Amino acid sequence: MSQSTSGRRPPRVGDAPLFKYALIGAVLLLVLFFVVAPMAVIGLEAFSRGVPFFLETIAAPDTRHAIWLTVMTALIAVPINTIFGVAAAWAITKHDFRGKRLLTILIEIPFSVSPVVAGVAYLFVYGLQGIFGPTLDSAGLKILFALPGIVLASMFVTAPFVARELIPLMQAQGRDLEEAATSLGASGLRTFLSVTLPNIKWAMLYGVVLCNARVMGEFGAVSIVSGNIRGQTNTLPLHIELLYQDYNAVGAFAAASMLAALALVTLVAKVLLERQGAGRRNRPATLAGNTSEKIS
Amino acid sequence: MTRRILPGFRLSLGITLVYAAIIILLPLAALIFKAASLGPADYWRIVSSERAVASYGVTVGSALVATLFNLVFGLALAWVLVRYRFPGRRIVDALVDLPFALPTAVAGISLTTLFASNGWFGSALGEIGIKVAYTPLGIMVAMAFTSLPFIVRTVQPVLEELDPALEEAGQTLGSSDWSIFRRVILPLLTPALLAGTSLAFARSLGEFGAIIFIAGNQPFSTEITALLAFIRLEEYDYPASAAIASVMLFAAFVMLAVTNYLQARALRYTVKG
Repeated sequence: MSQSTSGRRPPRVGDAPLFKYALIGAVLLLVLFFVVAPMAVIGLEAFSRGVPFFLETIAAPDTRHAIWLTVMTALIAVPINTIFGVAAAWAITKHDFRGKRLLTILIEIPFSVSPVVAGVAYLFVYGLQGIFGPTLDSAGLKILFALPGIVLASMFVTAPFVARELIPLMQAQGRDLEEAATSLGASGLRTFLSVTLPNIKWAMLYGVVLCNARVMGEFGAVSIVSGNIRGQTNTLPLHIELLYQDYNAVGAFAAASMLAALALVTLVAKVLLERQGAGRRNRPATLAGNTSEKIS
Repeated sequence: MTRRILPGFRLSLGITLVYAAIIILLPLAALIFKAASLGPADYWRIVSSERAVASYGVTVGSALVATLFNLVFGLALAWVLVRYRFPGRRIVDALVDLPFALPTAVAGISLTTLFASNGWFGSALGEIGIKVAYTPLGIMVAMAFTSLPFIVRTVQPVLEELDPALEEAGQTLGSSDWSIFRRVILPLLTPALLAGTSLAFARSLGEFGAIIFIAGNQPFSTEITALLAFIRLEEYDYPASAAIASVMLFAAFVMLAVTNYLQARALRYTVKG
């Protein structure tokens, strides 16, 4: 908060009590209807047939498999995207090279591309009608309608998450500390581990948390590359759709409640990490656009 | 050009380029390649077919309404969070990100249940003759939900950095609050508002998960473009799916350019000189 904290400041625009409380009330009401109500519905519907039915749905083999697949996907996609994000941020912020701006924009592309488009695009790489599909098929390798395809599509939609958190931060931190460490004879790895990493760890973790939430919840891209094979390639979000289309709304909400819980955990982690200085609390949001403006 | 001092350039750039090439560029190039293999006449026939054009209308129209709603609501929300202190403010601040964190399929079935004719909101709205679920209104609700955080989070930092002296000057000169807001504050917020708006709009254009549950998915009335691309795939009409997806990709690139431009302008007001 950059507002003056001195005791007697003149009233600012919109501080008239009537206006103030009307606006707070209106906004709270909208948040209640628009954000709180959807969450409440998930909880209520999930348990509307009682705890036993809820547990039964969660323990059903198809649901268990969907959970396993979702977790596996995250376990593969998130670490790879983290390595990519750190490498990209290191290259872009600690070095100068031609085409830097272009690279920064390239990294951000997945944010503006619809997940459905991403899914369709992957089909034309690894599908039977795609570039590598026939070759892969004759070699007996299965990418699409299997775990690798789901992981690849998830990686596409979340590619920018870690880099986006790190680039502005590392840009602001500059290169002085790393240069000092190197000139004192520290190796590249040593410099990164004991100088850079401590400075970026919270922001990195922040990116990881957001990336993980998105990977586990991705629907559009995954629904195209997974082929929706019940009990085989259904991730948790796809399983929700399947149950819902089967008119098993309670089952769908039971499965959805787990993802809703994940969302709440993500929000709590986000708030905690923001207290550590991570996140974009006090800098302009760069949700989809690139951060090249800060890179000169 | 200064001499390269820090190590790890080749390694980090190498990882970045390989990853970006395989994960980002290759699929997009494959999509464009597939769409281009159609030939101009066939391509045009598919992307200008009546059903496709209707889906563009539904998608863009709904996205516009949802974005306008979020423009007003998002600004009000950001304003309340920055300017006022009230119990629960921190919780509301955290909840703003819920639409980001909540998987879209979960949001989809939840909103559908709320707005269906027997749902909490659906039954109340039904009594005054408004149908939301399975109508274009449902699409707008889903889009507004998923893109809500964009405008709030772009405007919030600018609002926080706003210099109180500007308002004070206006007050000293005897201007009303409304005229200070309109003439001093709003112009300063405009770049951030525009940047947030274009982000929200772009997100709405591409949204899929939350919408297909609540939309009803009737061709010509509640079918979004992303769903049409999906349906063509399920019909094994791959070239048509590629063509429609390429139109969405093109729209995404346009939005990316617009967002970049607006964000560059927004930054000028937020980065302290």
